[in-house]
Amino acid sequence: MKRSAIFLAVLSFVTCAHAGDFAQIERGKYLVQAGDCESCHTDKNGPRFAGARAIPTPFGTIYSRNITPDPATGIGGWSDEDFYRALHEGISRDGSHLYPAFPYPWYTKLTRDDVNAIKAYLDTVDAVREQTPPNKLHWPLTWRSLLSVWNSMFFKAGEWQPNPDKSADWNRGGYLVESAGHCSACHSPKNLLGSVKKGDAFEGGDGENWLAPDLTGRTLGGVSEWSIDEIAQFLRTGANNRTRATGPMAEVVELSTSHLTDEDAKAIATYLKDLPNGASTAEKKTADNSRDTTRGHDLYLDNNCAACHMENGTGEAGIFPALKGSAIVQQPDPATAIHLVLSGSRAAATTANPNRFAMPAFGGKLSDDDIAALLTYVRSAWGNRGGVVSESNVYSVRKQVATSQ
Amino acid sequence: MATRLKPVDAVLVGFGWTAAIIGQELTDAGLQVVALERGNFRDTVPDFSPTQIQDELRYAVRKATFEEPDRETLTFRNSTSDTALPMRQLGSFLPGVGVGGAGVHWNGQNWRFMPTDFKMRSHSEQRYGKKFLPDDMTIQDWPLSYDDLEPYYDKWEYLCGISGKAGNLNGQIQEGGNPFEGPRKREFPLPPLKRSASAMKFDEAAKSIGLHPFPCPAGNASQPYTNTLGVKLGQCTYCGYCEWFGCANYSKASPQTTILPVLLRKDNFSYKTNATVTRVNMDSTGKKATGVTYVDAQGREFEQPAEMVILCAYSLHNVHLLLVSKIGKPYDAESNTGAVGKNYAYQMSAYVDVFFDEIINPFMGAGALGQVVDDFNGDNFDHGPHGFIGGAYISMWQTGGRPILQHYTPTDTPKWGGGFKKALKENYLRSASMQIHGGIMSYKQNHLDLDPTYRDIYGNPLMRLTFDFQKNDLDMEKYVTDRAVDIAKAVKGNRGYNVRARTGHYGIVEYQTTHNTGGAIIGDNPSNSVINKYCQSWDVPNLFVLGASAFPQNPGYNPTGTVGALTYFAADAITSRYLKNPGALV
Amino acid sequence: MAWMMRLLRANFRTATLMPTLSRRTFLIASASASAAACSKIPNTLPPEYPEQTRSDAPLFLDASERRFINAACARIIPKDDLGPGALEAGVPDFIDRQLAGPFGQASTWYMQGPWAKGSEQQGYQLKFTPAQMYRHAMNNVDDYCNKQFKKAFADLPPADQDNVLTGLEKGDIDLPDVPAKTFFTMLLQNVTEGFFADPMYGGNRDFIGWKLIGFPGPRYNYVEEIEQYGKPYTLPPVSLKLGRAKPEKA
Repeated sequence: MKRSAIFLAVLSFVTCAHAGDFAQIERGKYLVQAGDCESCHTDKNGPRFAGARAIPTPFGTIYSRNITPDPATGIGGWSDEDFYRALHEGISRDGSHLYPAFPYPWYTKLTRDDVNAIKAYLDTVDAVREQTPPNKLHWPLTWRSLLSVWNSMFFKAGEWQPNPDKSADWNRGGYLVESAGHCSACHSPKNLLGSVKKGDAFEGGDGENWLAPDLTGRTLGGVSEWSIDEIAQFLRTGANNRTRATGPMAEVVELSTSHLTDEDAKAIATYLKDLPNGASTAEKKTADNSRDTTRGHDLYLDNNCAACHMENGTGEAGIFPALKGSAIVQQPDPATAIHLVLSGSRAAATTANPNRFAMPAFGGKLSDDDIAALLTYVRSAWGNRGGVVSESNVYSVRKQVATSQ
Repeated sequence: MATRLKPVDAVLVGFGWTAAIIGQELTDAGLQVVALERGNFRDTVPDFSPTQIQDELRYAVRKATFEEPDRETLTFRNSTSDTALPMRQLGSFLPGVGVGGAGVHWNGQNWRFMPTDFKMRSHSEQRYGKKFLPDDMTIQDWPLSYDDLEPYYDKWEYLCGISGKAGNLNGQIQEGGNPFEGPRKREFPLPPLKRSASAMKFDEAAKSIGLHPFPCPAGNASQPYTNTLGVKLGQCTYCGYCEWFGCANYSKASPQTTILPVLLRKDNFSYKTNATVTRVNMDSTGKKATGVTYVDAQGREFEQPAEMVILCAYSLHNVHLLLVSKIGKPYDAESNTGAVGKNYAYQMSAYVDVFFDEIINPFMGAGALGQVVDDFNGDNFDHGPHGFIGGAYISMWQTGGRPILQHYTPTDTPKWGGGFKKALKENYLRSASMQIHGGIMSYKQNHLDLDPTYRDIYGNPLMRLTFDFQKNDLDMEKYVTDRAVDIAKAVKGNRGYNVRARTGHYGIVEYQTTHNTGGAIIGDNPSNSVINKYCQSWDVPNLFVLGASAFPQNPGYNPTGTVGALTYFAADAITSRYLKNPGALV
Repeated sequence: MAWMMRLLRANFRTATLMPTLSRRTFLIASASASAAACSKIPNTLPPEYPEQTRSDAPLFLDASERRFINAACARIIPKDDLGPGALEAGVPDFIDRQLAGPFGQASTWYMQGPWAKGSEQQGYQLKFTPAQMYRHAMNNVDDYCNKQFKKAFADLPPADQDNVLTGLEKGDIDLPDVPAKTFFTMLLQNVTEGFFADPMYGGNRDFIGWKLIGFPGPRYNYVEEIEQYGKPYTLPPVSLKLGRAKPEKA
């Protein structure tokens, strides 16, 4: 009885869908948004879903595919079966392997009905003729056949399996997080071959010179300390009283999570708050703060950080992120905090929260040593326990940011 | 040859306060709207970043955010018997340029006009008799009343998150507010700003001589605020860089901090920058505007066709555009006929600097942080014995202590040398300035027309400003300045004061105020005005002209609050009536 | 199409003199100007500091002119028992850079004829840019001093320099090429600017101007302090670009 209730909850949108069915198309649209497909499959200022966006990976540049219904360059000629095989097994219509920059290790967990709905929706978008540029991968990764080896090491096809011991919310959240949402694709450390490190999922990951924060209980101020409502509000509006979505998460909120229903956002929050606490909780919470922070404090005042974040680091609820107790500030790896100071960032803007608040770049004004001192202060002030930031930490992020621009 | 663009429902000329408001309202009504802005795009980050915006030399002295006279300026003369010469560098007033317009660099001093300000002629004649007004004074009543505008003032104030204290709630006088203000339906959205040291001293002194001080209603948010469109403002941190600067922490109301976050998300709104409109185009009947022509940064001409043309530029440029587009009958000062260019007015500022015993830390301030008395403004006192009409508020501002332009030294100390240096050291931390912010009436001879000689960078004739201070207004300013001296004398712990009176002829050199009004005035019939009460051109019903160019004369208040309210009033008429049945609304 | 040439010149100035960011938005705006492109503003890089904040900014004054400005600065805000003056504060460097830059070149002024003298109310109507006016005026003043005292202005004793400056201020000295009062007014204004502008512009060196009066520089948050009436503010002055003042030596 319980199991079937959960099953219904997970597949809450399932009805007797047929092709062209309006409810099915709407559900497909919702899942396409929940999966943030647009983010990769639309080039900057390019037509929606026409692909050709360059995705930088450690292995070279991959160009996203045209997923509009154009028969020649898009997926207009694909059958439902072809489409399901791509999402479920990572195999293209012509039988070749897709690169796992396409997150099929997550999409494989989608139900067949949901995949059909996604296809039904994509069939309704404007067809655009746009040839996908060839990938620029380092040899030998140009050999797609190597991917079958990768798949045998890291990939197992299979739909999401509900956990009957958990609540309906937990299961719905888990389904969205682990399938369409593919949250751990960014929020997890990767091994040398670009797969999520086994057992470390959600412990924070590196991408585009930003550190996607740890979502487990390892980090002070992290989402495990947030309430369900705070997490849901963050996902749906891009901000809560603690912080605002910036960096790559701003785009995720704008294109994807802001379109979630309140129930789904809360379901995701329920699941995230129940993530295992990670291996290194103890080690983290005792970060070394032994350093003279006088200079960092001076820099905090002299560079007008207090204009928005206030002298006591509280920011302004719902407007400027608090630095006091902030997860981003206290991450074990300070890369995101460094990146924010160097380049600034524009926060997510959503219908509910239309401001495009932004932090200006300080990289032109502050040296690596200045930023190290400033952040060391911020990571130890007001009860924060984030540990020392070194000049070389800043140097390496500055170098990466500079080369990526 | 101009490139013809795809037609839109409405084209907005300029992209400051009025364009942001009307753009928001018209797109809500479903119209396709494009705004054409002659300057650049600007946003809080990066353009007003606290890493660089607090640069007095760059922004306040070298005027980086203002109109560049080599592109467009005007010529000026004191009277029709003089030859007008170009204003070669900015001085007396500073029109803004760029997205957000002057809404980016205003102080935030936000006022409603008083009920009698809307009935300036009939009220004055009724109270003091027709002969009380000089023959050459051409003031006239507004075709709408304070009560008509009240709901729109309210809408504007709740958009901006104005910080203040009501003085008159539905007719009940409120302790701590302005007892002379028109009745308002509800309190301000935010409480007043914190008070500066100079405001405290002024408050005490003014009360001690029986006056009624209150905090200036401020467009600087005293607390975090979420406005009526769901846009959030941060709280003012009293940095002292409002006037002539953009706000770095989203706490000063501007198009950027109140409307643009919503407006720019809309699919039916777009804007173009570096697009200078050079004329409004008309069809062969001369009764219908077909759109506008603009020039882009590379000098290319474009024609933007539109069902409705809305002039949202600075007051002077609205008038200029009407004149160069030959819309309406230009005003002729000799015969006092025609309307376009008529009733240009300005404001008057005199100052009384006060020198205190104690330090007041002038650098901690906000653009509208000040205590004010309205006892001598408008018709709040009996003008009978004085022989003039109008008035001024007296305010003790603490807007910032930017040292190049905001240092006060006693007039009897040298202007350079060792004595100057000593006076700077002794007085900078211990002085503040009272402003006597007076209105100016309109007169037959003060007007705008096209200059016969000089041209702007686009080849259009420059506008010619003919203006001088008149006796009524100089007398008024002198009277209220003397009242400010009364307050200065009553300040406890005062080491003395300076009077910087306003006398003689108007000059274009010294900065006075950017409250230029009139020229495309509002009125009740086509013979005395350019636009009807809904800001609609009498001559061309699909042309609307917004902003302070509508003011028939200039009361003693900063104009932005009334500009905002009047724009909402016009927007309401357009969306509720005009769109259903395009044509003359009156 | 003379107006077109003026427009393109002005736009070229905007594109080359304005900070890189504005230059970029300028180009984007003029190229496509679509709302979609404009409403996405990914850049958070603040406008660059003006060129005159760089120590290698171009200069205008020749050696003798520089001596003139040094001497004038030393009299307009002198070194005395209250501390260093405009010369020590680097104001001549400031003026030199300003005259070489957009201000000195009148780059945004309306400089089209016909030219007429105009009234005091009509303001500056000289054909000269500020830099040209300075050059003429300094030559004229030195000629005057050579005639009167057989010495250049810079070589006069301070009392005579003060007399000459007073003569210029009051318009009692008649200069052949420029009105003396106009020159003195601009000189005094520029010295004040240099003494009180952010030290990044070359003047106000070591915060001499700001320390004299007690201005803490471009700080942004006085929420906690503004209601502490009569209490001195204690943080040292800070520059937008150069950091805070070094602690005083004991």
